[in-house]
Amino acid sequence: MQQTISSQPATSPARKQDLKAFLMVGLAAILWLAAYNVIQPFANWLSYGLLGLSPASHLGSSLAFFFYDVPKIILLLGGMIFMITLLRSFFSAEKTRAWLGGKREGVGNVLAAALGIITPFCSCSAVPLFIGFVESGIPLGVTFSFLISAPVVNEVALAMLFGMFSWKVAGLYMLAGVTIAVIGGVVIGRLKLERYVEDFVWQIKVGKGGLLPDKPTWAQRFEIAWASTKEIVGKVWLYVIVGIAIGAVIHGYVPESALVGIMGKDAWWSVPAAVIIGVPLYSNAAGVIPIVHALMEKGAALGTVLAFMMSVVALSLPEMVILRRVLKPQLIAIFIGVVALAIIIIGYLFNLVL
Amino acid sequence: MDIKVLGAGCAACRSMLSDVERLVAQLKLDARVEYVTDVEKIMSYGVMSVPVLVIDEQVVMIGHRGAKKIEAALRAGSAV
Repeated sequence: MQQTISSQPATSPARKQDLKAFLMVGLAAILWLAAYNVIQPFANWLSYGLLGLSPASHLGSSLAFFFYDVPKIILLLGGMIFMITLLRSFFSAEKTRAWLGGKREGVGNVLAAALGIITPFCSCSAVPLFIGFVESGIPLGVTFSFLISAPVVNEVALAMLFGMFSWKVAGLYMLAGVTIAVIGGVVIGRLKLERYVEDFVWQIKVGKGGLLPDKPTWAQRFEIAWASTKEIVGKVWLYVIVGIAIGAVIHGYVPESALVGIMGKDAWWSVPAAVIIGVPLYSNAAGVIPIVHALMEKGAALGTVLAFMMSVVALSLPEMVILRRVLKPQLIAIFIGVVALAIIIIGYLFNLVL
Repeated sequence: MDIKVLGAGCAACRSMLSDVERLVAQLKLDARVEYVTDVEKIMSYGVMSVPVLVIDEQVVMIGHRGAKKIEAALRAGSAV
């Protein structure tokens, strides 16, 4: 490559690093695409060629499904998490708080739910974030809209839904998550539940933020995105494999439409039942979605399975334990009740419309 | 040097703490490492996400940004 000498000062080291980072990402994208395209022939060769199984047999179709889905989903997860965390490097909890400051309820709820999707968030930060929000005067209901949307509409769920279903289902899920967050936040706000927030929260002196991180360069953004991708994929790959293995067994062995009667559209009670079963279960989206996908192939309705999935992801015991530090049990109970109800309504709506 | 890791017991927080402890030993820094989980203390630094690395009462890193970044922060902190 030739470097022209311009009248301006020589290319800064940061610019050079950015350029290098863009090249690396471009190269990685090409490798990614190449790998993505050899998965199907590879899976078929492995199951039908090397293992000599028949495509018509239960075992053969289960295994081919498994060998195809595992690398495909892990590649998709990696690619999408990288892009989502890259996007998120433009946002932060501090910026979100500033944007939400002074917003009325209603507008604030919608904005909070939307920002919940793109603000970097991990449930271990739920407590400082909660205190930081309410201390700066953001209404309780608006804070809850954020706290519902952030874990529900997460990068793993979106990547898995996109990979196993379609972008339409991923989009519907995102819309459903935001709607539930808005409804839940508005209802909690209207109920005036401030008295059920632990008293110490209102007395805490929040220090002045010392560090406002300077704007990262592109090279740094890629680095952050790559680090989070490695971390998240490292955390969920086992769930993906186990989930897909269970899904593959259902795919190969459970007869078609076996579930129409109990999980189909006409079984009206299946949506609340799915939510009631889902609330105490705790897994992440990575483990649930492959199973949910297989259930749908056998006749379960989309609204029912999405309701199940959202109740598993949105209402988890570990998160409640974390939130218990700032919320009294009554508010935790109301929170679970409101969100579960909102999920049931959304489940019915999907079954009705789709 | 007075080093604090503010955390809530999550995986990222523990991994920042262990990285810091390892690097302090590796770089042979004269430092005291403290793990702070008390919410009120955490909030007094004005942060909203954990883990946070605090060197001599200055917030130097929010979120776990990798061992390399921590090493740079520790070196810069010890140079002062």
